[in-house]
Amino acid sequence: MSEVTYLEGIRQALFEEMERDVNVFCLGEDIGAYGGAFKVTDGLQERFGASRVIDTPISEVAIVGAAAGAAHMGMRPVAEMQFMDFVSNAYDMLTNYVATARYRIGLGCPMVVRGPSGGYVRGGPFHSQNPEAAFFHTPGLKIVSPATASDAKGLMKAAIRDDDCVLFFEHKYLYRRIKEVMPAGDHIVPIGKARTAREGTDVSIITYSATLWKALEAAEIMQAEDGVSVEVIDLRTLLPLDDEAIVATVRKTNRVLIVHEDTRTGGIAGEITARISETCFEWLDAPVLRVTAADVPLPYSPPLEDYVLPQTLDIVRALRRIVAY
Amino acid sequence: MALTREQKLELYYYMRLTRSLEERLVNLYRQTKVIGGLFRSLGQEADAVGAAYALDKSKGDLLSPLIRNLGAMLVRGAEPTEVIKQYMAKGDSPTKGKELNIHFGGVERGFIGQISHLGDMVPVMAGVTLASKMRGEDRVGLVFVGDGATSTGAFHEGINFAAVQRCPLVVVVENNGYAYSTPVSKQTAAKSFSDKAIGYGIPGEQADGNDVLAVYDVTKRAVDRARRGEGVTLIELITYRRKGHAEHDNQSYVPPGEIERWAAENDPIDRFEKVLRGEKVKAAELRAIDERIKAEIDIATDIADASPMPDPLEALRGVYAGQPSVAPLWFREDVSSAVEKHERASGWGTYDV
Repeated sequence: MSEVTYLEGIRQALFEEMERDVNVFCLGEDIGAYGGAFKVTDGLQERFGASRVIDTPISEVAIVGAAAGAAHMGMRPVAEMQFMDFVSNAYDMLTNYVATARYRIGLGCPMVVRGPSGGYVRGGPFHSQNPEAAFFHTPGLKIVSPATASDAKGLMKAAIRDDDCVLFFEHKYLYRRIKEVMPAGDHIVPIGKARTAREGTDVSIITYSATLWKALEAAEIMQAEDGVSVEVIDLRTLLPLDDEAIVATVRKTNRVLIVHEDTRTGGIAGEITARISETCFEWLDAPVLRVTAADVPLPYSPPLEDYVLPQTLDIVRALRRIVAY
Repeated sequence: MALTREQKLELYYYMRLTRSLEERLVNLYRQTKVIGGLFRSLGQEADAVGAAYALDKSKGDLLSPLIRNLGAMLVRGAEPTEVIKQYMAKGDSPTKGKELNIHFGGVERGFIGQISHLGDMVPVMAGVTLASKMRGEDRVGLVFVGDGATSTGAFHEGINFAAVQRCPLVVVVENNGYAYSTPVSKQTAAKSFSDKAIGYGIPGEQADGNDVLAVYDVTKRAVDRARRGEGVTLIELITYRRKGHAEHDNQSYVPPGEIERWAAENDPIDRFEKVLRGEKVKAAELRAIDERIKAEIDIATDIADASPMPDPLEALRGVYAGQPSVAPLWFREDVSSAVEKHERASGWGTYDV
């Protein structure tokens, strides 16, 4: 079987789910005739028509709000944010309306809000953001952030079938850079389950999305140069966090590094650290450390962006400190 | 098609029910039995009732009311009992104590509850009606906003989106003169809110919001247009808010005499009663309706008053589908906690997954 990219995995999921269920439809800016800024929805409108692949005005509030209204009526909307940087425009609609509708008045919002996030692409401050933490704090939402092509596909299918709103953070750096042979059949990856991306015994890295690949590189270096066995946990779902997987790896290696591309203060690593502290304090042989972006808006120029975002050698440095503690 | 005598009496019933129910809520508020704020629609009852009456239950029409549209919900079948229970934060209220006042509803009920962020229901109702259009259903949607909400981004994005998609949606701007304390002159430089329709490429109509038959007529035209597939209509209803934003508001910002003038000269129920009397409806018949309403509200009040407050653990239920409850936090000692098992129940340093 031929290999499929991360982007193609997402597109396959959209095609398969739209084939399977007539209630599934897509809406967003430039997603129809043009196929989307990154061509994730390329061919969808040709296959399913303009009424199920809707080109919208530049209105993130209306896109998300209309998705919620349609979801109330039994539809399964998949709303694209052209860049996840723009989801902040719909912050009110997502946090105040979508996230609370079930709890407040029993109205579900089975919908997906998906789009490209992340840096390492010289996109500058408004085409590189990782805004997941802004929503991580909101009960009622779910957040997924796949790192592999098969997870991108399987999680997208799970998200579309989920009865609540799932924010789906794709990573644009990964779109065409990674490939794998897709599992056959109706490939579903359950929301809320982390994955052990690499087995290890001496120290754990907990990460997600693009930094998974840097964590795996760092693990290779640690094995080759230091003889240290690194376990790497790919969270895949951020909300709800897979506490069992986190606790299991802490109990196994007793040393933890959390890595994410998002900025440091108020990032998801802080919450994971708190949970480890509350539940696994005596299992720890070293403080929990974090490798994250610096607390600045993401700059454009390569030397600046590379300096701000987590790099493989940052992870190696942090692992060495933890192992030496 | 003109309304029948029975239908007109029904309009009277719903307007009077709205006013009397709110008056009862004021009593309960003063007895501190209403837990949160109380929002009145005194003098605006014709807008809510007349507009909602133009919708068709048999076609599954759906509306989203605003805080001053209790009357619209009553027309769609909301019960006084559940409204009082909502205000009293009861455990068997429609939202089980989770939401306040008239923030409740459901698709099958014909109305869905608003949120406090003004304008947000316009995009949501755009989506509701988009779904009708996609499925080839006959359903029409109607969303109420106030003069203030027209200044929000959500209003603009929602109405523009619905206009482009030709969604079967009626947007009713209830212009009652004030958004909290802010007069319309500080809300917009437009001559009228109905003028805004031009910018969206949709029809805009203005009507006397205190004339329930005019409200019904203008809304019915828009509903029919929507059902024929002709898209969105913006309706401006001119009315006046005789009470404050909420019951606590002393209306110090209102010019002297303004409220009294509207009350004396332009009360929607008084005006409609004159119309009905002109059509040979006897005063005794209207007083009988008033009595029936009073009895209904008395019964509703007793039922609501006797209802229990919610079980605290209800607070943890219903956040997600398929997850009956969020786990209680271990430090909440007076509540049985499933988390204790996980957070150090059997001694420090152990963790049973």
